Amino acid sequence: MIPIAHYLILSGLLFAIGAAGVIISRNLIVMFMSIELMLNAANLAIIAFSRSLNVMDGHVFVFLIMAVAAAEAAVGLAIIIAIFRNRKTINADQFNLLRR
Amino acid sequence: MLEVIIFYVSALVAIGGGVMMIAQRNPVASVLYLIVSLIAQAVLYIQLSALFVGSLLIIVYAGAILVLFLFVIMLLNLRGEHFEGTDRKISRVTKYIISAAFFLELVLIVKELALPGRTDVVSAQTATDFGGVEPVAELLYTKYLFPFELTSILLLVAVVGAVVMAKRDKSEKQGDI
Amino acid sequence: MNHSLYLILLFPLAGFLLNGLLLGRLKKGLVSFIACSSVGLSFVWGAKVFFELLAMPANARAIQETLFTWIPAGQFQVDFSLLFDPLSAVMVLVVAGVSFIIHIYSIGYMQDDEGYGRYFTYLNMFVFSMLTLVLADNYLLMFVGWEGVGLCSYLLIGFWFEKQSASDAGKKAFIVNRIGDFGFLIGLFIIFWQVGSLNYTDVFEKAPLVFAAGGGLITAATLLLFLGATGKSAQIPLFVWLPDAMEGPTPVSALIHAATMVTAGVYMIARSNVLYMMAPTTLAVVAIVGLGTALMAATIALAQNDIKRVLAYSTISQLGYMFAACGVAAFTAGIFHLMTHAFFKALLFLGSGSVIHAMAGQQDMRYMGGLKKYQPATFITFFIATLAISGIPGFSGFFSKDEILWKSFSSGFGSPILWAVGLFTAILTAFYMFRLVYLTFYGEGRMDEHTKSHLHESPKVMTVPLMVLALLSVIGGYVGIPHVLGGVNRFEQFLHPVMKGLHGGGGEAGHALASAGHSAGTELTLMIGSVGLIVVAIYLAYYLYLKNIDLAGRLRNNLSGVHKLLHGKYFVDEIYGALIIRPLINGSLFLWKIVDVFIIDGIANGLAIFVGDVSRGLRPAQTGTMRTYATMILAGAVVIIGYFILR
Repeated sequence: MIPIAHYLILSGLLFAIGAAGVIISRNLIVMFMSIELMLNAANLAIIAFSRSLNVMDGHVFVFLIMAVAAAEAAVGLAIIIAIFRNRKTINADQFNLLRR
Repeated sequence: MLEVIIFYVSALVAIGGGVMMIAQRNPVASVLYLIVSLIAQAVLYIQLSALFVGSLLIIVYAGAILVLFLFVIMLLNLRGEHFEGTDRKISRVTKYIISAAFFLELVLIVKELALPGRTDVVSAQTATDFGGVEPVAELLYTKYLFPFELTSILLLVAVVGAVVMAKRDKSEKQGDI
Repeated sequence: MNHSLYLILLFPLAGFLLNGLLLGRLKKGLVSFIACSSVGLSFVWGAKVFFELLAMPANARAIQETLFTWIPAGQFQVDFSLLFDPLSAVMVLVVAGVSFIIHIYSIGYMQDDEGYGRYFTYLNMFVFSMLTLVLADNYLLMFVGWEGVGLCSYLLIGFWFEKQSASDAGKKAFIVNRIGDFGFLIGLFIIFWQVGSLNYTDVFEKAPLVFAAGGGLITAATLLLFLGATGKSAQIPLFVWLPDAMEGPTPVSALIHAATMVTAGVYMIARSNVLYMMAPTTLAVVAIVGLGTALMAATIALAQNDIKRVLAYSTISQLGYMFAACGVAAFTAGIFHLMTHAFFKALLFLGSGSVIHAMAGQQDMRYMGGLKKYQPATFITFFIATLAISGIPGFSGFFSKDEILWKSFSSGFGSPILWAVGLFTAILTAFYMFRLVYLTFYGEGRMDEHTKSHLHESPKVMTVPLMVLALLSVIGGYVGIPHVLGGVNRFEQFLHPVMKGLHGGGGEAGHALASAGHSAGTELTLMIGSVGLIVVAIYLAYYLYLKNIDLAGRLRNNLSGVHKLLHGKYFVDEIYGALIIRPLINGSLFLWKIVDVFIIDGIANGLAIFVGDVSRGLRPAQTGTMRTYATMILAGAVVIIGYFILR
């Protein structure tokens, strides 16, 4: 009864919120979590399509995306730890060595 | 009727969780709000008959990944300081506007899409075990075997990478993080 | 049958290369031997071909040899090919012969000079270029020779380049020549544009068909060619370089600026008689310019004190006669005078060189006098040449000058006014030439004792050439004895086939016009009258400069204004300087300082500065923080998606 468009718009909204989070926050951790939110928004869209087309491939895809997200989170957090060790801060604006 | 209510409530919670996550100063609170949002999304998944994936969302995502986030936050002993921003070039409002524009575009795309005829998503009858484990497993080991194997390698890489990145240098003293 | 025309060119070229490449390594004797023998061989070969030419029937006297194709550019084809016909035969013999004599003379004159080898190298190169000019069978190759002689003239005028005045004179000659050459080239372009070829045969055959007789194009082309001639042959308005060219060694003045190079313009016009006969306006211009120059130069020569300057202006004046002859369609008369003038003018210059040599470099006649005691050979030959140039009967100059005067009176293109101007100039010529002779060779010696004690006759290597030229100055005219005096005028007959314009392109009317009949009686009367007036002039000179020198001094003081004008050469150089050269220099300064430095450099530098400023302005975008970049990425995505949505 709920049109698929609703799910898609919701997914889009979540994605936009995640994007806003990435560019607004200065805290690296929060940035990272916003990325995770974006990934999940995509997952929602895929599941919705999968349901409406009545195929299971979407579920497999979501499964794999979650695996990738896990891997990415692990490595990313390791990097953040390394950065913190070096710079004693996780303020994203402090990492501006590219500026020249 | 019930579905509609469930949908809208879950949607609102998901959105609210996301928004609150961004607005928090304390990173721990951000994590918790994200977890809330994810739980709401899991409800939505289940409403879409994605039982397996929905459970997976809770167990893996909320239960493992975000807990990992918490570990790291604790490890780094972050308190949620207020950072001074050195990036004054683009104001906050501009960023809000950009994000809003992005959202609007997505809406427009959705509107333009010629979606396949089904308007009634939930009650459209599907196979009895739609969204269960067996169909997923079947597909995973036949059609998507190759990506499956690759993903396992990916996870291996991630583990190794994480260990390497977070390793302590020999030059640093013990007692640091 | 193979006449090997190219050898005429090859000998001087070889001499030039040998002397030039081995510069400084050969002994003086060897240098002069190479140089003189190369020119001598060239003359001998030229004479040989000349006799072969004579053996051919009169109406088919033309030997043509193509050496190689020089420019094969589609429709434009120019070959390096040579043409030996009566006109070029005369020129080759005159050029090679007089050059040879002057080469011998130079051995003595340049004996003590350090640039001995360089001198002969340049001289040989000059002979090669001049021969190329007269032997060419197309206008472009002639132009190559034209430019070559101009270059050698520059090199030889500025031979003693350490002297500022010499190097300035060389530059002046080259630059003024260039102006003429510009006109020459445009004339060539017009000819090629209409005819499609620069080959003499093609041009002269097609010109009557392609150009409208008397029309604008042919008049323009011939006028422009004539402009080149005024540059090369020192006529108004481009004559100013010739007096300054006297800075060069005297044999150079004799060869280049008396006998050969300056005659190139006359040759060119005589060669192009077909074209000129089609443009009566140009002929009138040529005649007027020629006679005007003759008169003007003669008046200037009256008031000059430097012996070489007098001779320089005399050359300009005599060249004016040759052009006047061409202007009244008496082309053979012009070439005839070219030949006789080469003999006696070269002799005059070489003689003056001998005088200067004896006077240890002094060139001012006011400090000479009485030299005939000390330099008898020089004196006698010089006197013969003076008689020739004055037009005394029996000498070569008489026949040629008289023919010009007669033709300017009688030709359909001439008029009595032209004749009168020519006659007056002839009188002046006799006057100033004898003034020169009396001041230099007669009377009391006005030089100081030191110089007087060193006066001596020049060595044989210098006096023998003088004698040869003196002989030629006497007998050289006998090939052109006019009918009225009972002769056959072989010269005119010989050159007749070349002057196609007179009876070919110009039509029968041209020929008739060119020799509009007047009676023999008129001719004789005019001849005798002119000779009489010339004798009067000679006596006047004798009186003023020998008998009663004070009178000359008083006259000069009374007519001091006129004298100043004449002595100052009508201030032509100064006028050119103010009207032409100053504005050009100012224009160049303007272009340099303002246009180049301020505008162009300003634009170039300004662009660089602008780019720098822009980049400096854009640099803050590189903040280095990833948040900015992420924002940019998102914004970019928004824009692109928006674009696709809106489409």
